[in-house]
Amino acid sequence: MIYMDNAATTMHKPQCVIDAVVRAMSSMGNAGRGANDASLSASRIIYDTRERLCRLFGGTSPKQVVFTNNSTESLNIAVRGLLKPGDHVVTTMLEHNSVLRPLYEMEKNGVRLTVVKSDEKGRVRISDMEDALCDDTKMIVCTNGSNLTGNYVDIESVGKIAKAHGVLFVVDASQTAGVFPIDVERMNIDVLCFTGHKGLLGPQGTGGLYVREGIAIRPLKSGGTGVQTYSKSQPAEMPTALEAGTLNGHGIAGLHAALGYLEETGIDAIRKQEQALMRKFYEGVKDISGVTVYGDFESEDRCAIVTLNIGEYDSGEVSDALLTDYGISTRSGGHCAPLMHEALGTVEQGAVRFSFSHYNTEEEVETAIRAVRELAQEE
Amino acid sequence: MKKKELKLVVTFHTTADAMAMEKACKEREVPGRIIPVPRAISAGCGLAWCAALSDREGIVSVMRAVGIEEEEIHECMV
Repeated sequence: MIYMDNAATTMHKPQCVIDAVVRAMSSMGNAGRGANDASLSASRIIYDTRERLCRLFGGTSPKQVVFTNNSTESLNIAVRGLLKPGDHVVTTMLEHNSVLRPLYEMEKNGVRLTVVKSDEKGRVRISDMEDALCDDTKMIVCTNGSNLTGNYVDIESVGKIAKAHGVLFVVDASQTAGVFPIDVERMNIDVLCFTGHKGLLGPQGTGGLYVREGIAIRPLKSGGTGVQTYSKSQPAEMPTALEAGTLNGHGIAGLHAALGYLEETGIDAIRKQEQALMRKFYEGVKDISGVTVYGDFESEDRCAIVTLNIGEYDSGEVSDALLTDYGISTRSGGHCAPLMHEALGTVEQGAVRFSFSHYNTEEEVETAIRAVRELAQEE
Repeated sequence: MKKKELKLVVTFHTTADAMAMEKACKEREVPGRIIPVPRAISAGCGLAWCAALSDREGIVSVMRAVGIEEEEIHECMV
């Protein structure tokens, strides 16, 4: 099988990640729930993972790294835990439902929402985001990279306007963490939300937030923490404030190994490799008659995603033909980004997304180009 | 049960702080180990750093150097 659905999850993990999870499952206890060797081994690896993530994201303290199950949970914590009725929040058409749905729910509770429009190539203007700010704006929340088009959002520029206007800046780094450089201090990011199973190359069920020191988020959950048993309320200290219940220690052990792999390999090298494969595919398909490619390919900075349609074919039918005739795994349909589909005009048809990993090869890309060409000729 | 001795016991707000302490002490070869918080200090759960009374200065300087915030530093029979 040729796996080109890496924007959904990177299926090919470094062997060290798999080994670390297996090792953890036969040796790790419950972190923070005792001073026995098994429990401490979990606590140690979890703490070390906080340090690695803090280093990767340019944070100031590993205690500000909070573990969750995925970006969706992280974004829910940030959106629901920071906004109050009467607040205004700015977001974009590029967003995934993990941003939009919590915002729509907050809207029902009295939060005012402005969604900044994109153009037909899925680009959003930073100046439009600034123009959307009002006196009562509390937060800008936006993605660092569209999961549908792969367009990169210049979060450093957004961070500058957020800082200049004194509003919180929450970033969805689902498509970029582990691939693009992210520096929460330099980029003025107040809350960074990430998942562990995509570019970070860790197991599913891992993810988290980096929260700027001094920002207090109301917890979504309360419960066991391993500290302050007789207190009736969730401890206020980070990271415990936002981590109720047993952490996914086995998964975090895998993420720990993945972060080691990324440090060793270098995310710049990984990004260049992915982008070269993405460019090769783009150049190979963009001029095929009947093929429509979505997104902005003029910019150098973009995620390793190429999304397309062939004629009026149902995207699901194309994706199925790619799998059954060529053994290529892609994603079709709606991609959980409803407003982006509206902007691209693909609500009915959906779109076929090819997303690349540095583990993909040039030969695989050549096969995928040939597959698209042959399917387009059948039209 | 082993005979108790008077020891220095540092308690923390979070498990992450306790782990930061253990790591920093190991790196600087400051002796001590993680223990469950003794009942004499606090009922409930949590981890503490236990060391000899004579190591107080070294421990405090490690905590200052790496920015670990202790809940309290006790002297108690452990």
